Amino acid sequence: MNRPIRVLIAKPGLDGHDRGAKVIARALRDAGMEVIYTGLRQTPEQIVAAAVQEDVDVVGMSLLSGAHNYLFPKVVELLREQGVNDVLILGGGIIPEEDIPGLKEAGIDEIFTPGTPISKMIEFIKNNLKR
Amino acid sequence: MLMKWDGDLMPYSQLIEKMLAGDKRACARLISAVENDPDAAEKIMRQIHPYTGKAHIVGITGPPGAGKSTLTDKIVKKLIKEGKKVGVIAVDPTSPYSGGSILGDRIRMQDLALSPEVFIRSMGTRGHLGGLSKHTRNALKVLDAAGYDYIIIETVGVGQSEVDIVKVADTVVMVMVPGLGDDIQSIKAGIMEIGDIFAINKSDLFGADRTALEVNMMLDLNPDTDRRPPVVKVVAVKNEGIDDLIKEIKDHLSYLKESGKLEERRKNNIKEDLVELIEEELRKIVLTRTEDKNRLDDEVIEIYNKNKNAYEVRDDLMRRLSW
Amino acid sequence: MFDKEKLSQIKEERQKWEEGLLAKTLSKAPESKKEFKSGSGFEVKRLYTPEDIEDIDYLRDIGFPGQYPFTRGYQPTMYRGRPWTMRMYAGFATAEESNERYKYLVSQGSTGLSVAFDLPTQIGYDSDHPLAQGEVGKVGVAIDSLKDMEILFDGIPLDKVSTSMTINAPAAVLLAMYIAVAEKQGVSPDKLRGTVQNDILKEYIARGTYIFPTEPSMRLITNIFEYCSKYVPNWNTISISGYHIREAGSTAAQEVGFTLADGIAYVEAAIKAGLDVDTFAPRLSFFFNSHNDLLEEVAKFRAARRLWARIMKERFKAKNEKSMMLKFHTQTAGCTLTAQQPDNNIIRVAMQALAAVLGGTQSLHTNSRDEALALPTTESVTIALRTQQILANETGVTNTIDPLAGSYYVEAKTKEIEDKAMEYITKIDELGGAARAIDLGYIQKEISDAAYKYQMEIETKERIVVGVNKYQVEEEAPKGLLKVDPAVAEMQKQKLNEVKAKRNNAAVEEKLKALKKACEGTENLMPYILDAVREYATLGEICGVMREIFGEYQQSVSI
Repeated sequence: MNRPIRVLIAKPGLDGHDRGAKVIARALRDAGMEVIYTGLRQTPEQIVAAAVQEDVDVVGMSLLSGAHNYLFPKVVELLREQGVNDVLILGGGIIPEEDIPGLKEAGIDEIFTPGTPISKMIEFIKNNLKR
Repeated sequence: MLMKWDGDLMPYSQLIEKMLAGDKRACARLISAVENDPDAAEKIMRQIHPYTGKAHIVGITGPPGAGKSTLTDKIVKKLIKEGKKVGVIAVDPTSPYSGGSILGDRIRMQDLALSPEVFIRSMGTRGHLGGLSKHTRNALKVLDAAGYDYIIIETVGVGQSEVDIVKVADTVVMVMVPGLGDDIQSIKAGIMEIGDIFAINKSDLFGADRTALEVNMMLDLNPDTDRRPPVVKVVAVKNEGIDDLIKEIKDHLSYLKESGKLEERRKNNIKEDLVELIEEELRKIVLTRTEDKNRLDDEVIEIYNKNKNAYEVRDDLMRRLSW
Repeated sequence: MFDKEKLSQIKEERQKWEEGLLAKTLSKAPESKKEFKSGSGFEVKRLYTPEDIEDIDYLRDIGFPGQYPFTRGYQPTMYRGRPWTMRMYAGFATAEESNERYKYLVSQGSTGLSVAFDLPTQIGYDSDHPLAQGEVGKVGVAIDSLKDMEILFDGIPLDKVSTSMTINAPAAVLLAMYIAVAEKQGVSPDKLRGTVQNDILKEYIARGTYIFPTEPSMRLITNIFEYCSKYVPNWNTISISGYHIREAGSTAAQEVGFTLADGIAYVEAAIKAGLDVDTFAPRLSFFFNSHNDLLEEVAKFRAARRLWARIMKERFKAKNEKSMMLKFHTQTAGCTLTAQQPDNNIIRVAMQALAAVLGGTQSLHTNSRDEALALPTTESVTIALRTQQILANETGVTNTIDPLAGSYYVEAKTKEIEDKAMEYITKIDELGGAARAIDLGYIQKEISDAAYKYQMEIETKERIVVGVNKYQVEEEAPKGLLKVDPAVAEMQKQKLNEVKAKRNNAAVEEKLKALKKACEGTENLMPYILDAVREYATLGEICGVMREIFGEYQQSVSI
């Protein structure tokens, strides 16, 4: 089955800084992926509903407001509640190093901090799809 | 045939059962399957056929920037208030260079994501030159079988999609806005015929009356139809005129039913689908059989060297294919 | 600027130099790159000479400080009178903690306050709203009611400081709270000095903390213009911001073009609301970014000043010179800070701050080295403030006004940015103005294209970012970052409950009802908001009433 990788790029919470999310959406498109972009102010519930209906392979969230420790795990929790276990979950933004282990433990597969080359992200996605 | 489902393998028939019982995730997986895998699509289509044909399929088309997504959002909100279930397929262009796409129509429909009566799916055109692909038509059938009363297809709004939409939709809403400059141009380009309803969006903007007037004049120039499409003024962002538009959408379906055109239209579509299926199959047969023996390449050389022409080769090949 | 004969001599000599010495040198040692580009991606020539500024007329285009077209500065003595206002943007957690930081900053020589609000406050939600979960006190201070505002400015005499508040959609509410706190301190509104950002268009374009649709938002903005012109005359009623447009990835010319186009939209809205241009225009202020390319940035500030003066005089027929003066606050570019080798950010910030000063800024915020990682620590903020103090006291750049004027490059670049910005403004006019251009996604698309190009240049190393794609080292995770205590949200909710229990709820209800009615009509909303605030109606309640009547803005996204 030859198909494009489908990725949901979401901005959870109230943070309005979407430069990074938009640049990444575009870069993933240029890498041949189908990117569902949901815009600002997404609740974890909305993100999960979109991920289910769009049947994505990857959920990528970007957050610069510092609310990641609450919002990222909440999304994972809701996905699990829906029985979704085969989606790669990624986070990015201003995320202090010391928060990363906790987020990974909560089920975020990888966290990309500022300065990560996009090529590295693309590579990671291609190598770590769960289905 | 099986599909991976949380690590386990699940037969399509089981997925279909789940989908028929209202499981959105199953519905989503089936859409992916029909979108990506022709063999799976065939399996699924065979099984869901009895459940299709109930939904009112509404196409929303019009130039980029006309506010199609916002309009769709408002229409859906009203319909679910009436207790209807609504499926939405939003099509965006696929990049011809990378094969990827950015599907951004959900942005305008954020509040709908959580509504249990709504299912929204974004699709890329995937090389169909902006038109509606067969995948889109199949996805539509999945939603139809899943029991959505209305299915709204929002097209890319450029090129072929505006023509293709008539082939799948019962009702086509053509969205226009004042000030985009090229609306009237596109009407002249032959788009006029496909609109069953014309919605002038952003009617609060300067120039809206003129756009409405121009559309009306164009429609009056086309007297050879027995139904003159209505022109509805809306302001989607302010939720104005949506009731009128929905009324026209419903009236159009009644008209189709009463006039027998619904049956005619749907039979036509079935026929087109059938012909397409046959063509595909024939093509497959012809090509596989001739390719096997390198026959086709040899014939190409013959034609190139002017020893034969394409027509005699065709006749020759057809004669020799044993059925 | 030069006589014809001199110019042709210069041209002749320049050609001789190019064909002679230069050609000889290039043949032996070619330059390191084929093309040299500015930080914004515009071509930079090897050499600028009088030929490049031959069309510039000194008196018409450059002039004198404090005089039209204000290219050299908005004020006749500039930093010889007093240095710029050192205004550090700060605020986090609760009003109590932020109050402490403000007092510290003032004790360290900061000369103006700048309040950062948390996201729920900026979007008009109280701390107990479901959407506020995880966000309370994170990027700024949480303000739910007048109570929080009283604590925030406790012990800070409001007639003595100037306060800038980064607040947009609910600007009217926060301004009303500020006025009410002043009343309690016994300070009358006409003594208040400061700024509300109040720039909704750039929220739609780049920053994202919008609430209401365009029309009611513009109404609130012009309501503030009108109210302040009568009662708070020393208040800057808006800070038309290019900062966030640049942060979103625009070029320098786009920053000027889009910001001034927004400014034009506000002026038009106010005129349409029946205000005379010279009553409100003197209180308009601007806010720009200071990015990495030092000379391009200096030129940008000069170009913005000149272009705005021309727009106000020619397009809006302003008569008061104060209406034509573009005065601005600057913040160094947050997007240039790197998480890698964070101490390098101190140097970046110093250079960017220098550009702002050479460009004649009225006030300045310098970013802290650790802001790509978290909110800044006190130590980092102190270094950032010291950077400004070193610039003002040690470098000598304050001694003479607009010292880079007359540089062939800077003058040519100033003209180039002015022209390019004007092209954007013309295009936006054709589309029907800034609000419409945003609605169509035009401005967002232009910015998003520039941002993508910038990022791809970093990916391909065409653009070098020290520590990120060159000169990298293995680093240990930085320690001692500022963390906002998650208990803040609970404390804030508790305070909110107490306020609601103590206040006169019947009075609150009555004031909110009056506000609702006013929203449905066309009156100025400021007095109604002020009435509600005085009774401790919460920010969420007030914005809730307005949401009910006005609806909410739908984002227009262009990628």
